[in-house]
This record gives sequence, structure tokens and C-alpha cells, in this order.
Amino acid sequence: METHTILPLTRIHQPLRLDIDLEGNTVIDSRSSGTMFRGFELMLKGRDPRDATYLCERICGICSTAHGVAATSAIEDAIGLEVTPNAALMRNLIYGADILQNHLRHFYVLALPDYIDTPNFPPFVPKSNFDKRLSKAENDKLLESYWLGVDMSRLAHQLLAIYGGKAPHQHGIIVGGTSMVPDADRNNRFRGLLSSLLRFINEHMLPNTELIATRYNDYFKIGKGPGTFLSYGMFPQQQGRSKLKYPAGVYLNGKYAELDPGLITEDNTFTWFSGSKAQEKPADADSLPDRHKKSGYTWLKAPRYANQVMEMGPLARMWISGDYRNGTSTMDRLIARTLDAKKIATWMLEWLDELAPGQATFTPFEIPDSGSGIGLTEAMRGSLGHWVKIEAKKIAHYQIITPTAWLFSPKDKNGKRGAVDTAIVGTKVKDRDNFSEIGRIVRSFDPCFSCSAHLLEPQGQIDEFRIF
Amino acid sequence: MLTRREFLSLCTKAALTTSLAELLLTDLGQAVLARESGKPTVIWLELGSCTGNSISFDNVATPSVKELFSNVIDVRYHWLFMNVEGHNTLAALRQAQKEKSGQYILVVEGSAMLADGGSWDIVAIENGRPVTGLAMLQDLGAKAKHVIAIGTCAAFGGPSATHPNPSQSVGVQEVLGNRVINTPGCPCHPDWFIGTLYHLINYGIPEMDAYNRPKLFYGRLLHDQCQRRTYFEKGIFANNPGEPWCMFKIGCRGPITFADCPNREWNQTDNWPVGCNTPCIGCVEPGFPDISMPFFQRYPDVPIPTRTVKMEKAALALGVGTLGAIGMHFAGNIITKRLRKNLAETSMPLNPPGPHNLAQLEGIKAVNPVPAAQQPASDPAVTAQHAIQQVPTQQVRTRKPGSRVKPKRLRRTLKH
Repeated sequence: METHTILPLTRIHQPLRLDIDLEGNTVIDSRSSGTMFRGFELMLKGRDPRDATYLCERICGICSTAHGVAATSAIEDAIGLEVTPNAALMRNLIYGADILQNHLRHFYVLALPDYIDTPNFPPFVPKSNFDKRLSKAENDKLLESYWLGVDMSRLAHQLLAIYGGKAPHQHGIIVGGTSMVPDADRNNRFRGLLSSLLRFINEHMLPNTELIATRYNDYFKIGKGPGTFLSYGMFPQQQGRSKLKYPAGVYLNGKYAELDPGLITEDNTFTWFSGSKAQEKPADADSLPDRHKKSGYTWLKAPRYANQVMEMGPLARMWISGDYRNGTSTMDRLIARTLDAKKIATWMLEWLDELAPGQATFTPFEIPDSGSGIGLTEAMRGSLGHWVKIEAKKIAHYQIITPTAWLFSPKDKNGKRGAVDTAIVGTKVKDRDNFSEIGRIVRSFDPCFSCSAHLLEPQGQIDEFRIF
Repeated sequence: MLTRREFLSLCTKAALTTSLAELLLTDLGQAVLARESGKPTVIWLELGSCTGNSISFDNVATPSVKELFSNVIDVRYHWLFMNVEGHNTLAALRQAQKEKSGQYILVVEGSAMLADGGSWDIVAIENGRPVTGLAMLQDLGAKAKHVIAIGTCAAFGGPSATHPNPSQSVGVQEVLGNRVINTPGCPCHPDWFIGTLYHLINYGIPEMDAYNRPKLFYGRLLHDQCQRRTYFEKGIFANNPGEPWCMFKIGCRGPITFADCPNREWNQTDNWPVGCNTPCIGCVEPGFPDISMPFFQRYPDVPIPTRTVKMEKAALALGVGTLGAIGMHFAGNIITKRLRKNLAETSMPLNPPGPHNLAQLEGIKAVNPVPAAQQPASDPAVTAQHAIQQVPTQQVRTRKPGSRVKPKRLRRTLKH
């Protein structure tokens, strides 16, 4: 058996460290981890609850609106505030634009260079020329789409800024609703840009994905996930979570079921956290750092749903909504992401029609002396939850569980690996210099390590840190 | 090629109808072609960050990213774009560093993290040992011709250094010294970065303010350029976000922020935070976000030599001349850091949160110190330990619960 360490695994937001054990050419174990820790949960304590929206956005530059939405929902849940229907639509439009931006950027800038021959100048050289299967004509076509894709992701941020003020780190979504009232002028500009994006998705992104899926069809068998899916659901059509456009749900043991947030726990068995129990619920996680805990080897807690490892992201949303249930592989994830982009762009056109120009989007509120709230949403790359407690009108307790924590979690007390490690184990590696196969699998999850965190020690041991 | 004067006027032009970078790119490309040394080499190092500045840089794209990469700059290392993985990435970096020693421009995104000898941020494995972001920064910084810190985290610590700053994040200049050119912003507007880069390549180091920010972009008070300044002077204030008036009463940091957002605007739209009916949160300023939180709370009254000014009333009662004086006073105070200190103290959480958490984190460091011999090092001469000795750790500001900080002059005024 030999062990290889890959750091940095590139084309990921903040790099990923991956340690893989090979037996012959087959991966027999995989341990993934992020390498940077900032501590946002600690920063949030004692703050004015309204600050959570803008501060949480700073956790991640690519999914900042997702953190903004989750934080806002959690605070509003604690206040007991219901936003106006117009505000709910506006939020969906701002949030949708950021998701389009993420999906375009992920597919073209991050994932595509795994499959095409990139240009001959830095930063695209040095190149990995392993397993490039496209003809020159096909490659040229995709390269053209690559540069267009970069432009389009910028346009998606322009779309966001029409009602969101700026991007990344938007200003429009705030506790109480949104800050801009829709008007015909902005709606018109929004529609124009959105139509261009939808056309690009239809005319480039879908055929490009199809071409990659045809040429690399063996990746329908490589990188299979745990086969369990979780979605918190997203895009409320009215106030609250009563009517979500993307349904919440779980797919577990071959059955679809309703989501029960009460079944979400964080496992501490192999972490340096000591609390009253080995498993704790995020709302009242009382464990404290305990570097001397004998069974501990990591700072990263392992989130589980009914003690099961869950996969999430566009593929999970597609399985649970029933739009695409082909498989659980690397290529299925890429296809699901493209379909997700198309679906959301189409919905956005509908929401734009439903907007009532000139009608209120902000509801004034009082911050309560105490309260607690949960904000659940689907970030671009999977289920994101914020749990908040308010005491004396300040944030007293804040917990964040990101999709990255779910996907890249360490083993739990039952010895179950996280979703990404599960997908990597069993892969046959041909490219021993660059580990291209592993890169393709990992990137199909669209990982974001700004959203995770941990700490390495100089000896090379992994001292992982809990989220942020 | 543009003369420096033309360039400056282009950058500060009141209403840019299109992206500055868009206008400059062709010219920038020509200038680069004319230079014998070819495209300037850029090494982009990401430390403690959210990657938002890379995304913002990406947002410059008409046709920028393609144009920039193919004709303007030679980006030899940026892990968000590179093709290869792991040791191959590092080999590319080391080769560029060796070939272009003393000539490359180092762009740093994210804060330098000092906690535990820098080991909260590991950026590579070299010779089987982890290399900290801090050690890499020192190593690359030592051989760089210019260093640009992009974003507020890299410039001043920014959101990464938010109280209680668990990772002990600091700005790049705390490690590499005064030579660092700061282009803050959360994120940095693509124009601010590209414009600074253009100036650097063609005219050398731009004129800078007390915080090493190019005056070109950070030279004027945002408050003075705001479209809603008239509302301020007439005393018409928004009481909630979402109202189309002056945002001062709900926490706008425009009067202490030096940036050109009202003129430049964001993402090729006509929008920016105040345009979006929310307060400016002062994201380009040292001390952000601590000096800006609570974001939606009006900041304390300002003591000026003759009286304490309640700003919203001052606007109506004192007239525009006095307002100018107040503006000057703000500017003066910002340079002397007095106002900033007061603001930071009044905006920290009143009840310092969960000290047991921090204490525990401190405790971990105390009981588990990293032995000097095992310090990660990319170069034996430049170790993280070495860095720690040189770099003063940023003091975490703590306040007694419930204590209120009163500026001296304010107290004096209250006695009258």
C-alpha cells in the first residue's frame, strides 16, 4: 500500500488536501480535508442579529448569497417575521442569479479543463494532457464556449447587482425583506440579461455537457456516491417554508421521505470536542474543544441525518424533485448541475412576471429579547443550515453546517466515510503523476473550502477544524 | 499609449459609462507588447480568504479574463485557474519564482494568519512537509518586485480578522512591510485592481494615501460623491433600509469611507450599496468590519473642536459651509486614527462572546505548542517561527461588559 498526498487540489475555492491510499492501482482509502480556518461562528457571538446577513456572506465569495439567505432566514425565524410575497420573489431572483453565476463558473472555469485541451499560455500551462478524448474541432468549440462561459458568469453577477446592489457580497437581501422595490425599468433590464443567460444555457451549456457526457461515458460508472440524498428545499413562493419551489426531502434506503430537521446531528466520536453526548443537535451543540480527548483525531464534526451519510447538491435536488434520477456518478453530477441552471433560469422568468412593481418589499420589525431560529436553504453545492439563538437582543449562539462539512466529513462512530471519500474509494488510478481521475470526481461535487476549515500540523498529521 | 495625465483623468471620470478595465485593456495590452521584457509575470497567492476577490477579478471579463491572460499578464500561479494538481502546481510556482526573481508582481488575496505559527492556513506540501501561507508569503514577498494586496483581508485583516480574530489574521503589510500596495474592498472592485496594476506596469508606483491605497481610487470621501448628499444636507433621512433617502441614520459609513463607489458603481450596473437603499458598510477601511458593526446602527455623535455634532441635525442647522468643516474634520480624524479607534470600541460586541471558547483555543496553543524544529518551512531561512518573531500579533480588543467609551471631548461637552 502506498499513500499519496495532493495539496493543493486546484480549481476549487480554497484548496483541498487529499490523502489517498493505493493498493496497486485501486484507491482503498481516502481522507479529504480543507486547510484553512477562520472561525466565523466565534465572530458572530455578541453581534446585533441584523449583522448576520452581511457578515455571513463573507464566509464564501462564490456562494455568499446562500449564506446571506440562510442567515436572514434564521434571524427572521427567531423574530417570527414574515416577509411580503414580493420580497420572497425578489429574494429568489437575487439568489437565483448567484446560483447561475456559480454553475456557469463551475462548469466552465473549474470543471471543463479536466476534459479539454486548454490554451497554451499560463495559467493554463503547465498542462495535464492525460486522457483528452475530444477531436480538435470539438475541443475548439468547447474552448470558445469556455471564454463565453466566463463572460456569462460575469453577466449573472450583473443580473444579481440590478436588485442586489453589488456582487459578490450582495446588499439587497436583508432581515425584513429586500431593500429595493421592483420597478418596470429594472425588471426590463433583468429580463434582457436573464434571457441571454437562458439562451446561453440552452445553446452552449447543455450541448457542451452532453458532448462531455458522451465522450467520457465511463464516468457514469466512476465516482458513485453513497446513494443517499438530502435536500432542504429552496425558493419559497410565499412566506416561510410552506410552499417551496424545490421540494425538501430525503432519499434513504431506497425510499423517499419528508425532511425532519430534528434528525440532523453532528457526530463527535472522532473529534476533539467533548460534550454531554457523542452526538449533538446543531441548535444546542454544547461541546467544547478538548484537544486531549483520547478518541479524537479531527476538529471537523461529522453531520449525519438519522445516522446516515448524505449526498447533496444539484444531483440530490434532481433526485428528490424527480427531474433526473439516472445515477449517482461523476457525470450525473455534472449533468444535474447544468439541468439545475436551466431549471432555475426558467423559474426566474416566471418570478419576474409575478413581481408586483411598486409594492412593498420591506417589513419593519423589532428584535426580540430572546428567541431561536433555523435557516435552511439549498446552497449551490448542497444543503446549508444556520442555527441561531438570541439573548438580550444579541446573538448568543450560532452554528453553521455547510454542504462542505457534510460532503467532506470524517468517519463517524459507525466507521462510515463522508460522501466524497465514499465516491473516491474504489477508483482505478491510471494517472499517477496528476491523479486526473480523482480530480474529476472531487470537482463534480463543486467543493468550496472557503466554507470548511481545518488545521494541519507540521508533522503532516491532520488536525481538522470545525466549520469556519 | 495613454499619458499618465490622460490615464488619471480616465480613472477619476465622474460618470463612467462602461467598465474602466474595458477601456484600458486594449491600451494595456499594447503597452505590454511594447515592452522588451514581455508580459509582466504575476503570481497570485491566496491566503485566509473567501475567494471573493478572485471572483470579482473574474467579473472584469469584457473580454478581460481572456484578454488579460493571453495578452496582458503572465499569470504563472493562481490555483483557481491552473490545470495541474498538487506537486505539479508547486513546481510551476517555484519555476516562475526562480526565473523571474525580482521581477514578478505578487498579488495576495486574503489575510496572513499568525495563529499557531501560521499553521491554520496550509497552502502546499513541499518535500513532504506542509508549507504555511505565512511562510509562503514571506518567501514570495522577498523576491517580488511589487506586492499588491487585493481585498480588505489582504490589506488590513478585514473580515478574517473580525473580533475576536480566532486565526490572528493580519494584513499583508504587517508581514512584508510598507512596500505593499493596498487595493481594499470587500470585494475589491475590478477597476480598482486593474487600474492599479496598469499604473504599476506603466508609470510605476501610484500616489498613495496614509494606508497605502492608490489615491486614484481611494482618494475622495464617499460621502462627498454620494448621489444622496442633498438629502443629507436637507435632513431627509431613511429610518429603514429600503427607503430612497440618506442612509446616515441607519448606519451609513459613507462619511468615513474613502472610495468612489457612487461614481463607479458595481458590476456594470447603475447600482451600489446606497443605490440599493442600504447603508455603505465602509468595506475599504482599516478595521472593517468591526468599525462598521452594527451595520444598521447610526454611529456615535462626533466631537469637533467647538461642539458635539449630532450629524442629522447639524445638516439642517449649520448649513453647507460647516458641513465642509465637518467633512474635513472626519478626514483629519481618519488620518490620525482617532475616530477609527472610537468607532471600533463602540462597535465591538458589548458582551464579549463566549470567552471560554477563545480561552480554550488559547489553551490549546499553550498546551500544544508547535516545536520550533518542526516548523513548516519552504526555505530554511524563512520559517514561520521567524515570521512570528518579526510580526507583532494583533492585539484582540476586549472591553468590559457594559462599559461605554466616551471620547474625552464628548465628556467635556456633556458637562456644560
